[in-house]
Amino acid sequence: MNDAPELKTTPLTAWHRTHGAKMVPFAGFEMPVQYEGVLAEHAAVRDRVGLFDITHMGEIAVTGPDAEAWLDGLATNRVAGTRIGKVVYTAMCRPDGGVLDDMLIYRLGAEDWLVVCNASNHTKIGGWLAEHRPSAGVDLVDRSSETALIAVQGPDSRELVCRLDAMAPHAADVAALEFYSGFTVAGPQGRWVVSRTGYTGEHGYEIYVPNGDALAVWEELLAKGEDLQVAPIGLAARDTLRFEVCYCLYGHELEEDITPLEAGIGWAVKLKKDAFVGRDALKAQKAAGVPRRIVCLEVTGRGIARQGARVLHAGSDVGYVTSGTFSPTLKKPLALALVAADVPDGALVVDIRGRLIDCHTVAFPFLAARTKGDPRAERTLS
Amino acid sequence: MVPDDRKYTQDHEWILVEDGVGIVGVTDFAANELGDVVFVELPEVGAEFSQGDVIGTIESVKAVADLFLPVSGEVVAINNEVTDSPELVNSDPLDDGWLVKVKLSETGELDKLMDAAGYDALVGG
Repeated sequence: MNDAPELKTTPLTAWHRTHGAKMVPFAGFEMPVQYEGVLAEHAAVRDRVGLFDITHMGEIAVTGPDAEAWLDGLATNRVAGTRIGKVVYTAMCRPDGGVLDDMLIYRLGAEDWLVVCNASNHTKIGGWLAEHRPSAGVDLVDRSSETALIAVQGPDSRELVCRLDAMAPHAADVAALEFYSGFTVAGPQGRWVVSRTGYTGEHGYEIYVPNGDALAVWEELLAKGEDLQVAPIGLAARDTLRFEVCYCLYGHELEEDITPLEAGIGWAVKLKKDAFVGRDALKAQKAAGVPRRIVCLEVTGRGIARQGARVLHAGSDVGYVTSGTFSPTLKKPLALALVAADVPDGALVVDIRGRLIDCHTVAFPFLAARTKGDPRAERTLS
Repeated sequence: MVPDDRKYTQDHEWILVEDGVGIVGVTDFAANELGDVVFVELPEVGAEFSQGDVIGTIESVKAVADLFLPVSGEVVAINNEVTDSPELVNSDPLDDGWLVKVKLSETGELDKLMDAAGYDALVGG
């Protein structure tokens, strides 16, 4: 008898299965890891437009007169004072400064917020928020199981999103939508949230819909995007896309034993805020000198450095690879590594399954994001 | 049906023997399971191995797979085209995507490998 709990599905799971997706378990869900192939899907997003079913993410509604101040006390970034319609990227930390998760916080109304967290940390963050909720002034409702999330990413994403029937009356709003902003739309089955956010480094949108609208939206995007050669994109390409633009992935660059300062997201940490969980520890770390840093590595010897590979400098262990792969756009093995802060830029060595392979640091990021400005801006590929 | 001019292993590799030299590659099934191959590490020419030894790796974006030698012998050639263009393993694993050529030291070992029908049964093809 198999005691393993059944994997959760999304409203699009049946569609994925019947359209050639290789399905894998991820964060308790059965998710598409690829359809046509990771390289083709990766290129589709960089060059055209792709659709992602990321329904597995967690969405927690936070409402009430004290929600603003309360969230500000848990998030590392500034949340208080956020304008309605803006989205904040932030970490939430333990008192010792270790990262619990990175997430987006949407302000949908004066007292109406949406916390969107990683699927892998959904239970943890749900518990963390519940544990810290005051007796009054803040209400929490986990909306994950009723919310589907479709990302539309790529240079042609704006064109495609505007072709949706539900978006046609809002075309002007979509056109005017700034990066890290969003608005709500009345969809057939309930409220949609549409934001200009994403995890690919391309111009793109994330559309939160009630489960009942998901399949119709997905199929409408595919049908109306045919001339744009829209493609469904799996989790494998989602990872290679974010990796090339050096976005952090929890479980890799972020962990409970890594601080946001070490991970390179100090820009999302506002130490001058009155208080937030982990602030004192992070202030102390900054004052003493942040002990580790994330570096970008290009592997010059023959091999692909992957997560966990030791990094050496002058014969000594100085850290490890947090993420590494063969970059589909740059066509070379690249890696992000967490190393001692005093390791100089330049030549390093990475241990790939027992072989010591040459690598060297390169400028951050590997590939510039095109999330703002011209969606087809030229990027020099080094 | 996979080609019946060669033998197959449990690790989804094939070996086609001509005049005591075996050409070794991976099957369509393996190439499919791996996904897009982006890196192939092959042994040095002249290296000698025993049947079942790990002689290299085939890497996709997400995973590393060992390459085993189906029979004992000396590597007499490696496919440099594949090291330059790893995608050949996906596009033509049974022909242009060959990996190594080995001079068999024990031809009897071939008898332990599967024939085409046996491999078809293994992969349900």
